[in-house]
Amino acid sequence: MPASADYDAAELKLIIAAHQSLEGPLLPLLHAIQDSFGHIPAKAHAQICDALNITRAELHGVISFYHDFREAPAGRHVLKICRAEACQSVGGNELAEGLLSKLGLDWHGTTPNGAVTIEPVYCLGLCACAPAAMVDDRVVGRIDADRLDRLLAEAGA
Amino acid sequence: MKIYVPMDSAAKALGAEDVVAALRAADPKAEIIRTGTRGMIWLEPLVEVEIDGVRHGFGPAEPGDVAGILDGTSAKALGPVEELDWMKRQTRLTFARVGVIDPLSLDDYQAHGGLKGLRIALDLSAQQVVDEVKTSGLRGRGGAGFPTGIKWQTVHDAEAPQKYIVCNADEGDSGTFADRMIMEGDPFTLIEGMAIAGLGVGATKGYVYLRSEYPDAIAVMTRAVELARAAGVLGHDILGSGRAFDMEIRKGAGAYVCGEETSLLNSLEGKRGVVRAKPPLPALEGFLGRPTVVNNVISLATVPVIFEKGAQHYADFGLGRSRGTVTLQIAGNVARGGLFETAFGISLGEVVNDLGGGTASGRPVKAVQVGGPLGAYMPVSKFDTPLGYEEFDQAGGLIGHAGLTVFDDGTDMLGMARFAMEFCAVESCGKCTPCRIGAVRGVETLDRIAEGDAAALPLLTDLCETMTDGSLCALGGFTPFPVMSAVTHFPDDFARQKEAAE
Repeated sequence: MPASADYDAAELKLIIAAHQSLEGPLLPLLHAIQDSFGHIPAKAHAQICDALNITRAELHGVISFYHDFREAPAGRHVLKICRAEACQSVGGNELAEGLLSKLGLDWHGTTPNGAVTIEPVYCLGLCACAPAAMVDDRVVGRIDADRLDRLLAEAGA
Repeated sequence: MKIYVPMDSAAKALGAEDVVAALRAADPKAEIIRTGTRGMIWLEPLVEVEIDGVRHGFGPAEPGDVAGILDGTSAKALGPVEELDWMKRQTRLTFARVGVIDPLSLDDYQAHGGLKGLRIALDLSAQQVVDEVKTSGLRGRGGAGFPTGIKWQTVHDAEAPQKYIVCNADEGDSGTFADRMIMEGDPFTLIEGMAIAGLGVGATKGYVYLRSEYPDAIAVMTRAVELARAAGVLGHDILGSGRAFDMEIRKGAGAYVCGEETSLLNSLEGKRGVVRAKPPLPALEGFLGRPTVVNNVISLATVPVIFEKGAQHYADFGLGRSRGTVTLQIAGNVARGGLFETAFGISLGEVVNDLGGGTASGRPVKAVQVGGPLGAYMPVSKFDTPLGYEEFDQAGGLIGHAGLTVFDDGTDMLGMARFAMEFCAVESCGKCTPCRIGAVRGVETLDRIAEGDAAALPLLTDLCETMTDGSLCALGGFTPFPVMSAVTHFPDDFARQKEAAE
């Protein structure tokens, strides 16, 4: 879907108004915009900069610094697989690599039908029940190849 | 019938919601109370049934176990939970209520000692509050181990129209989950601790910077703040005292380096999470340039019990200059993983072999990484090291946030060293050269070693020295810990590669 199709200037105005008076409003604002539009539309930049009195360069700097913020929408679901040490200690890497090669994707890739984007994450705090993953906001522990297949199937991949 | 089922992420990740659904279907009249986790993650989902006022455990529960749990015939019966070895051996001060109470019930919280500390603090002068924390000997539980009372004193003494309490809940270290567990299992204790900190230093506003990877913790903390505000625990007149303190939950955005306090402050201000040079200290010029206390979740969540039971009571636990309790998080390839709160001084070997029961794979332990991605890999030969800040420092490591990740003998330590450098390269904020460039060169140098280039090893050592001495913060400065500890303690993993290539 082209970014512009998701962009609604009136809605953006409401979101900005709800956050503008916070101390340090930019991160909460960007999260709220992404929650509504699925990404930070480039067309929204001017309005954000205007409201917060920051430059386009500053805004771009912030959006590109943080892993969470997207400049284009992700798939309908996001599957995050932990790559950190505790998950590695119980075979997390092999599991993730197996899945990516089976799907023919790289990290951050999306299945051809647009259902699932696969992303790395560094620790979900589930280190005592590793390897761990998260589908959207739902956590899953002690994953194995079968469990990953089922999660992908549920997500429509 | 009262049944307790955890709503902690780890329990959910292991199927707690399915078990709850099965319990509701089997007995619609049962009173199901959601709690935090007791910390015995290998037993999750751990269902507890109250029998004659005593909570009996069943776990790890699956939906198929529900009938047996309800009629008491389940083979997964563990007996009274408080009598389990793991529970009996702990000194639970910070985590006393976690797994016991409904995290979002202020009544439950107060029935278990909650708000007593805040009420005591409200009767003290600001200086007395700071003195009490100094007496307790509490040191920053985020990793650096800086005395909390000294930090508070600096903020207390600073003159400013506005001061802040910032809670660092950006718990990004692999192998650590104590912050998450307490925020999901006893959120009011963090709120109470922050309010006491506010009274001590003269701050009326607080922020919890909570990582976005913890959606459940964000939901619980957000709701807890709303409930606390509605009950007058937060606001312009806390507990009718006429004193003000309020707080907000702020969500991080996936940058590991924002766990570093100055980069966290930049992020909170809406900037790139780039590290700031110190001085000025955040205690003098922190959030928006104002005096700011930046403390870890566990440090702040421990404050209420210090006031409730007395600073000396807390200080009476511990070893040397490490006073009070340490919340060990046992993780990775381990038979019994979870959280264990105990006085400082327990040995590494006792934690891994006795509490943890060795590896989950059943193979010999090869190394334990203590303190997260920036902590050293400790070999089995160092298992007699007692857990204490100075003791670990002398053994060439750090306890950090007290997470322990266990690895079995199938682990390739060169691969782990390479990952440490790769992680540093991905997560570097880019401000200082040793970290930004050094981490990339580190990956390349480790690849040369893997290919059998013997000349690359001294280069790696030299690079690590430069990163240690020249980096602005712990990300670049401590990445050499896992790298060089792997090189020092597991030389075969670096030499074997050479022979293979020859």
